[in-house]
Amino acid sequence: MTGPLVSRRTALVGVAAAGLLPSVARAQAAGTLRVAMTLADIPLTTGQPSQGGEGQRFIGVTLYDALINWDLSRDDVSAKLQPGLALSWEVDAETKTIWTFKLRPGVTFHDGSKFTAEAVVWNFDKLLNRSSPQFDQAQATQSGPWIGTIASYRVVDEMTVQVVNKAPDAVFPYQAVNLYMSSPARWKEMGGDWNKVAMAPSGTGPWVMEKVVPRERAEMRRNAAYWDPKRVPKSDRLILRCMPDPTTRLAALLSGQVDWIEAPPPDKVPRIKSAGMQLYTNVYPHVWPYQLSFVPGSPFHDVRIRKAANLAIDRDGLVKLLGGLALPAKGMVNPTHPWFGKPTFDIRYDPDAAKALLKDAGFSTAKPVKVKFLISTSGSGQMQPLPMNEFIQENLKEVGIDVTFDTMDWEALRARRRGGVELPDNKGADGINNSWGFMDPDLGLIGTAWSQKRPPGGYNWGGFSDPIADDLAARAKVAFVPAEQDALLAQLHARIVDQAMWIWVVHDLNPRALGPKVKGYVEAQSWLQDLTPVWVS
Amino acid sequence: MHLYILRRLLYTLPIIIGVTFVCFSFIHLAPGDPISAVLPENASAEVVAQIKAAYGFDQPLPVQYLRWLWNVANGDFGSSIMTRRPVISEVMPAVANTALLAITAIMLSFALGITLGLVSGFSDRRITDRSVTGFAVIGISVPHYWLGMVMVVIFAVLLRALPATGMGPAGTRIWMFTWEDLRHMILPAITLAMIPTGVLARSVRAMVAEVRRQEFVQTLKGKGLRRGRIFLHIIKNSAPPIMAIMGLQFAQLLGGSILVETVFAWPGTGFLLNAAIATRDLPLLQGTVIVLATFFVMTNLFVDILQTMVDPRVKRA
Repeated sequence: MTGPLVSRRTALVGVAAAGLLPSVARAQAAGTLRVAMTLADIPLTTGQPSQGGEGQRFIGVTLYDALINWDLSRDDVSAKLQPGLALSWEVDAETKTIWTFKLRPGVTFHDGSKFTAEAVVWNFDKLLNRSSPQFDQAQATQSGPWIGTIASYRVVDEMTVQVVNKAPDAVFPYQAVNLYMSSPARWKEMGGDWNKVAMAPSGTGPWVMEKVVPRERAEMRRNAAYWDPKRVPKSDRLILRCMPDPTTRLAALLSGQVDWIEAPPPDKVPRIKSAGMQLYTNVYPHVWPYQLSFVPGSPFHDVRIRKAANLAIDRDGLVKLLGGLALPAKGMVNPTHPWFGKPTFDIRYDPDAAKALLKDAGFSTAKPVKVKFLISTSGSGQMQPLPMNEFIQENLKEVGIDVTFDTMDWEALRARRRGGVELPDNKGADGINNSWGFMDPDLGLIGTAWSQKRPPGGYNWGGFSDPIADDLAARAKVAFVPAEQDALLAQLHARIVDQAMWIWVVHDLNPRALGPKVKGYVEAQSWLQDLTPVWVS
Repeated sequence: MHLYILRRLLYTLPIIIGVTFVCFSFIHLAPGDPISAVLPENASAEVVAQIKAAYGFDQPLPVQYLRWLWNVANGDFGSSIMTRRPVISEVMPAVANTALLAITAIMLSFALGITLGLVSGFSDRRITDRSVTGFAVIGISVPHYWLGMVMVVIFAVLLRALPATGMGPAGTRIWMFTWEDLRHMILPAITLAMIPTGVLARSVRAMVAEVRRQEFVQTLKGKGLRRGRIFLHIIKNSAPPIMAIMGLQFAQLLGGSILVETVFAWPGTGFLLNAAIATRDLPLLQGTVIVLATFFVMTNLFVDILQTMVDPRVKRA
């Protein structure tokens, strides 16, 4: 399942060039890992990174820790939660709303100050308490999806913190993983100016920021005193470069200017392989779907049409179009995921079955169903939206579903999704092609399938409403034993697949290309990745 | 002259304000929301309202625009929505980065374009003229981002002789420049120089050829003036319109090239504008546009004044 797709064989081009061109070789200081991100700017460095999963991947888990961290050490299972700055956490058995976190002793921030319960509360104030001097709107906005359930918090003793939820919420540990702890001492040292902190941030993470050049690069050095000896970085330094253009990233890798590029262009896979580069892929919590409308008048009210649309798509052909960098979807989560369950509806390419379902619903190629989808020209997680949508448009037409597109840029599409199908601008839209993540139960399953979770404020864009799904979602939300919660989520997933809640198309395979000399990388099944075991030989 | 400069300076104000007004209107006409990029996926109506109020986007559009204009008049360009950094601290380094590249490219194109134009304009051999014209047409016609990519493939990927992307370690501190910094500039500067070189070569050739045909040149020849002196007279008479073209080309390069700066990951104004547009970062976009518009207008003004000084026939009422 996991890379490298190309074995780490020596790159003739690379070796030859290193010998011929001493200046290139000099630039590769021993132990420096140089990464080209897809971002046009360095994400917010003060604690809560901006720019989505990539921001968390390169600024969040490098500079910072949360109370609970992801275990990113394995590539064969989906990433699990593990103790971070908290040694343990438990919910009050009676109220089910009070979480007690026992903190890890002996941890210091990069500036040398101690990590304590006071620091945790200070960080919660930074995000939630508008009257606190350290409140930061920018970080509060970034943490928005994960702080909504917090009612209060307090110091119990120097190494114990309590967080109170507004209602019982078994998903809270998954949300706490996104709340990074920045140093109160550094903020004070910088005169309480977050803009100054951004240039010299201080966390507890395995990397220490040395230099930030906005829109260009961030330079970090290893934190030799990191609290987890297994995660002290193998590389001396880490340099992150901003390269939004995929061709530019590829050229930088092939010319030896960087060691690692995110999201190489799918059509350049043969070139990457032939140059002896390592191409890593793995499943991670991503799906490329059409979220469907259930408002009155939408053809997708009819489950037969929803199922027909799911059966009409030649996913293997689409994967070929994507250079093999995708996995055909069988539902919201991939089949190896613990939440996949046992759906009875097998999502596959079966145009005859699709035609039969449409015929049963009163449609055919001569009398097609007419639908309109909102799509974007590009965007985070959107893969190659235009050719993919055109491919699917042809597939659907062949069975009797005529699709028209309303095409817009990524930010416009995000606003249309966030507003829900009932947003006036969305009138007439039967679906929205917005890629989705299922890294936590709320985002992936509970929030999308529960009829209570309509936007704004929820993730159920189209207003899907099913009593069985509602019951399972409500129970999963308060299942505090992880195994029980996983079992309920698996049932919920099976239910929404059987109801063909969305049209699920493919899972992205999280591709990244590494130079031939990069060693030690384990590609976790996660949006985040651990750079600490990686080094350049 | 002083009155002329003063009047031209006053003219720049409505031009710059007009540019910002058009920019402001366009960004609001486009679908989407200026705060979209910073809103959480599950932002409630209250959170959206709160953030809109924090940025002043809850006000009517004319109020927003006038408030922004007033703040700019008082030296406050606001803060970027995405980064919260002051706009001016975002724009000025980008302008410096672009200026470094633009000045290098323009010097290259002035030297090459003028030389080729003069050679072609003074040459009576058809082959020379056709060759220079052909080169100029290619320079103007070939998409420069494509040329940039081709050069990256040849010089960075295949030969590994030059870096593919980015600026050198010294940034814009040219007093600290080493060979490594110069190596980073070669490919983007050549790429960026192609269009102005073509434009200049063609313009210089046309102007020189036109002036050569004028009667005073024949008179000078008839009087037996040396070739060198005639050459100087032709140059002097060709200079004013060529200077205007040079000024425009320089101003355009100062505006940065979104495509070239993206291809080479050069953190200049084109790169900045691209990011600001993609994320609907209105304060950043407005701030960048106003700074660039000011540069553009000032460069034109400078060229106009220079033209007046060089050619007394160019009268300024």
